[in-house]
Amino acid sequence: MDLFGTEKDPERVKRAIKCDQRMREIMAAYYLEAKAPKAQHGKKIAWITSGGPVEPLIMMDIIPVYPENYGAMIGASKMGGDLCEKAEAMGYARDLCAYARSDIASSRVNGGPIGGLPEPDMLICCNNICGTVMKWYEVQARYYDVPLFILDTPMCHTEYTPEMHRYMSRQIAEYVDFLERVSGKPADLERALQVGRLSLKAQRLWQEILDTNLHRPAPMTCFDAFFHMALIVTLRGSEIVVEYYQELLAELKERVAAGIAMVPNETYRLLWDNIPVWYRMRWLSDRFAAHGAALVADTYTSGWVSSMQYVNEDDPVGSLAESYARIFLNTGTDSMAENIVSMAKRYHADGLVIHSNRSCKPYSLGQYDIQRIVERKAAIPSIILEADMVDDRAFSESQIATRIDAFIEMLKERFAG
Amino acid sequence: MQDISFFKDIADNPEAYARKWKDETRGRIIGHFCSYTPIEIVIAAGALPFRVLSLRADSSRADAHLQSYCCNVVRSALHDALSGRLDFLDGAVFPHTCDSIQRLSDIWRINNLQRFHADVILPVKLNSDSAREYLVEVLARFRNDLERGLGVEITADKLREAIDICNRNRKSLGKLYRTMQNHPKRLRASELYQINRAAMVMDGRRLADKLDELVSRLESVDDDDDFSGKRIILSGGVCHVPDISRIIEKLGAAVVWDDFCTGARYFQGFIDEKAEPIEAIARRYFDRIVCPAKHASLSSRGDYLVEAVKYTRAHGIVFVLQKFCDPHAFDYPYLRERLVEIGIPSILIEIESQQAGSGQLETRIEAFLEIL
Ligand code: SF4
Ligand code: SF4
Repeated sequence: MDLFGTEKDPERVKRAIKCDQRMREIMAAYYLEAKAPKAQHGKKIAWITSGGPVEPLIMMDIIPVYPENYGAMIGASKMGGDLCEKAEAMGYARDLCAYARSDIASSRVNGGPIGGLPEPDMLICCNNICGTVMKWYEVQARYYDVPLFILDTPMCHTEYTPEMHRYMSRQIAEYVDFLERVSGKPADLERALQVGRLSLKAQRLWQEILDTNLHRPAPMTCFDAFFHMALIVTLRGSEIVVEYYQELLAELKERVAAGIAMVPNETYRLLWDNIPVWYRMRWLSDRFAAHGAALVADTYTSGWVSSMQYVNEDDPVGSLAESYARIFLNTGTDSMAENIVSMAKRYHADGLVIHSNRSCKPYSLGQYDIQRIVERKAAIPSIILEADMVDDRAFSESQIATRIDAFIEMLKERFAG
Repeated sequence: MQDISFFKDIADNPEAYARKWKDETRGRIIGHFCSYTPIEIVIAAGALPFRVLSLRADSSRADAHLQSYCCNVVRSALHDALSGRLDFLDGAVFPHTCDSIQRLSDIWRINNLQRFHADVILPVKLNSDSAREYLVEVLARFRNDLERGLGVEITADKLREAIDICNRNRKSLGKLYRTMQNHPKRLRASELYQINRAAMVMDGRRLADKLDELVSRLESVDDDDDFSGKRIILSGGVCHVPDISRIIEKLGAAVVWDDFCTGARYFQGFIDEKAEPIEAIARRYFDRIVCPAKHASLSSRGDYLVEAVKYTRAHGIVFVLQKFCDPHAFDYPYLRERLVEIGIPSILIEIESQQAGSGQLETRIEAFLEIL
């Protein structure tokens, strides 16, 4: 996966995070194995949603494949608009999530980066991120004619109730049954505990990695985090993630010690809300950097550690149940706002950049209220950028450039005043 | 043609009906948004369940809270609440269905639009034992929430009584649908639309009497309207564009069934009157055809539509979808494909706001009817 292209500019090469290369290799090897003929790896393939529990798959030696991660690749390789158009020709409305549209189209035409995803043997859909995934996976389950497991995580607007917990716990058991049935292998509890520990370890490391940005100047920006998050999303629970994140953390700590900043002359520290604009990461990153603005934290990459607080190592099933139900997108708009408020304080942010993402309604509807809450409670200004994470037809460069410039101008005045 | 002016008056101005009801009864009114609202429990609490369904094209007051890519059902509900049109509501209940309603609930709660606020987090899967068990518990929680919120006691007897009323009304609406299907001239879809719309806001007991009256009036009609025109099914989410069935009728065809949550999905499914009430209410959701925000099986909605076509001997389907409505938009290509398999033509009409350009609509429907 190559989100930024290979770097040539010497100034950037100097600032670039060095273990990037290793990350690319890991992702390449992962897709290579997944795409190899079945006879070669002898493993089943499960497509799974980004918020779904991947640990049981790793435990069962099933290869997890993430259409959403693939959607990000499609976006980054600027193939989103084209694939979305193909989906529209098939009858899928333009207003639907572009991850879904581009994935549906790419599986029908075997198009997209790396020549499409390997075909699934099963589909695992966890609706803790949205209702869209269920509809999307229904479409794919019909198309590939493979079994679909839906892990139905009740929405926690204001609370996680005991009945939700019972329902979730029962479903975790059903999930494992399903995997045993489809893969024809018994679950290995020893292995499960080990995978659980590794997953938790990876999440803690990821949190530490994000926290290196507490330092001023920040050793990386959220644009780097968007890139490095691929592992916590796809392979948490496997050894390699822990290894890689240890390496990355060490490098970031060195940068902190040596005072290497990702944004030269870091002046403003900003937060990012929502999924990245995958096809314009570089442009956005440059635009902000040119003003000395560093995006030091975001709600997306921290989403994968948002429910770590609910993990109790003595109760693996209960932990899995609770932590998957309580991820930030599955909570109320007000608690999503509180998350940003505390992030603003922790990272000493000066402003908030809100990506109003046409593709993702559960993430984006409510942002105006979030904006007001954050402005009131954290006393920081914000801007809203209207775009789409994958479908580049929804991006107006001149409009966004103007908005960003005006926002920074306003920050400048605030700082001066 | 029937005299349905009683229903039409309410359908034209449901808010006025609610205000009047409130003045007369001093009762409480609970707004809700979906056919998955357990209205039986609301009725058992002595309150009037009022389905919020705006007919206005203007949703500008929602602009401060919702982006333009949110469906108009959600936007106009918020607009109405913010502009005081729903000031007679004592509370609102949000069954969990789509992502947009989910966030509407948050916005409603954060902005304190009503004192009483309840989320009913139904399972999305309606096909497993664990989901059934969970659903029963969710409904029990809702009963408690209502008891506490409204300061009332919801006894098993009251629940049974409410179930009885709802069953009666659903049965009557079922009869009306059958009349429309068999004698589309005796009762037209555009009329039934008004009746449905009124039914979704009316006091259950009063509705029961009014429906009984209408049903018996229709049964006594003895016309031999052997309808020989084209028979159409409407399919989609909420349809508040009465124009569509009116246009179809004007062009000499008839709507013989619908697959709307403001239509047939609203009355389908009976509640077992002998079983434990909460469990019986839960069971209905498992028996009834699902809305696309729920999952029963991969093919349930397709099977249902094909079945409905065969049963009603329909010639074509008009899909009426709200723009920005994800659940329905995802099902559309599949449903269309199922229809192609049985050789039934369909057409898609996308509604952005309530003001569908009638002229253009008519031309499209006319062209569609011609190919049937
Ligand atoms: S982008 Fe949003 S709507 Fe699309 S799959 Fe992710 S959470 Fe769901
Ligand atoms: S029209 Fe669609 S998106 Fe809008 S509230 Fe209804 S189901 Fe949700």
